[in-house]
Amino acid sequence: MKIKSLDPRVTRSNIDEDTQEGILNPLDHFETYEVFEQRKRGIHHVHVGSVHAPSAEMAVVFAKEQYTRRGQCVNLWVVKTSDVFVTEYEDSDIFETTVNKKYREPDAYKVIDRINAFKERNAKQNA
Amino acid sequence: MYGNAYIENNGKELNSLTANEDPIKLAEFEARIAAGEKIEPHDWMPAEYRKQLVRMIEQHAHSEIIGALPEGTWITRAPGFRRKMALMAKVQDETGHGQLLYNAAETLGKSREDMTNDLITGKSKYSNVFNYPAKTWADSAVIAWLIDAGAIVNQLANSKGSYGPYCRALERICAEESFHLKYGHDNVVFLATGTPKQREMVQDALNRWWEPIMHFFGPSDKMSVHTETLMKWKVKMASNDDMRQTFLDMYVPKIWDLGLTLPDPNLRKNDETGKWEYTEPNWEVFKQVINGNGPCNKERLAVRRKAEENGRWVRQALLNKNAKYVAPLS
Ligand SMILES: [Fe+2]
Ligand SMILES: [Fe+2]
Repeated sequence: MKIKSLDPRVTRSNIDEDTQEGILNPLDHFETYEVFEQRKRGIHHVHVGSVHAPSAEMAVVFAKEQYTRRGQCVNLWVVKTSDVFVTEYEDSDIFETTVNKKYREPDAYKVIDRINAFKERNAKQNA
Repeated sequence: MYGNAYIENNGKELNSLTANEDPIKLAEFEARIAAGEKIEPHDWMPAEYRKQLVRMIEQHAHSEIIGALPEGTWITRAPGFRRKMALMAKVQDETGHGQLLYNAAETLGKSREDMTNDLITGKSKYSNVFNYPAKTWADSAVIAWLIDAGAIVNQLANSKGSYGPYCRALERICAEESFHLKYGHDNVVFLATGTPKQREMVQDALNRWWEPIMHFFGPSDKMSVHTETLMKWKVKMASNDDMRQTFLDMYVPKIWDLGLTLPDPNLRKNDETGKWEYTEPNWEVFKQVINGNGPCNKERLAVRRKAEENGRWVRQALLNKNAKYVAPLS
């Protein structure tokens, strides 16, 4: 086909403007994959969003276009959304911790008073 | 890019729409928002919050996709290789914005296929400005500068909203918009500081686009529907008039600075009130256009439908029969 002009005002594509029906069926745009991006070596991959794709390979292609257009990425992971096991916000009390688990925290360990008392005692004995 | 959500007036006060909600859960939900915390996809939320957010994010997504059409037609005719490359990058960004936003809306329970069907059958709205044609290269420049500028005002405000996935998408989007704004400004400045013919072109484009730009933020607060609850829920972040004022304050001086004029003899900043005064744009025209009677409505939807039809055989070939629908995580 010979195109007369690249100007869309000249070369019209003669599209029917009056169709009323929706044309997509469920899943025509595929499943979703969650995307994890590593911005430079040495740091964690971080979740940045999701893409619709028919396979993991295509998900990588779309994720590269969508999330790394401006560089600053060295590695990508994609995983099917349906394969991610998640906790519910409703159950977020499972992450609460109680005072009697203080022994997990570094500031639960205060030895300086004991060391000072020990030094004082020794000094007295040696005096 | 995007204007303001077109909130339909169904005649009901939003307060009456929360009447059936569990009052304890509603109070917890509102307290979380008041404390500046975000709402995440599987959190409890009032049905009306979900409905308004789906409508708003979906409209925003459609606006990105349809908004790329008037600019896209200029890629082949953009003057020079560098501008062609830049415009292609911008159009790709806008399409990407659309996809990010569809995913955010999907977390609330509406599939991308349903949203696309609602777009191409005319059931869903999108920003009114994209129903106007980009007649000359100068139109494309004015769109990239001023429509994107308006979109940034809106998107920055919305990125402080209450729904986590929408805010995260908007943060990414806003970062990219700064390139669009600079690119558009560069094009307008080039024409405005050029030959008399070039100045005339950009002035013509400004005259054509001024009313759609004034329409961009939606009807005046005086005439818009009750939005108190939506403001409290941080779905709507600023009033239409406030956003219009922010826009005028930032960009009218920059336009005048180039020796260009705007087709409104009443446009001026009132030094006492600090507010811009202007002729109220014709909201009857706005209503006509948003309801399908603008110069390009039918064409925009037809082009979108054709793209979907043209791509179908490729998608069909890749379709996985065992696929299950699960909404994206966040
Ligand atoms: Fe943009
Ligand atoms: Fe955009």
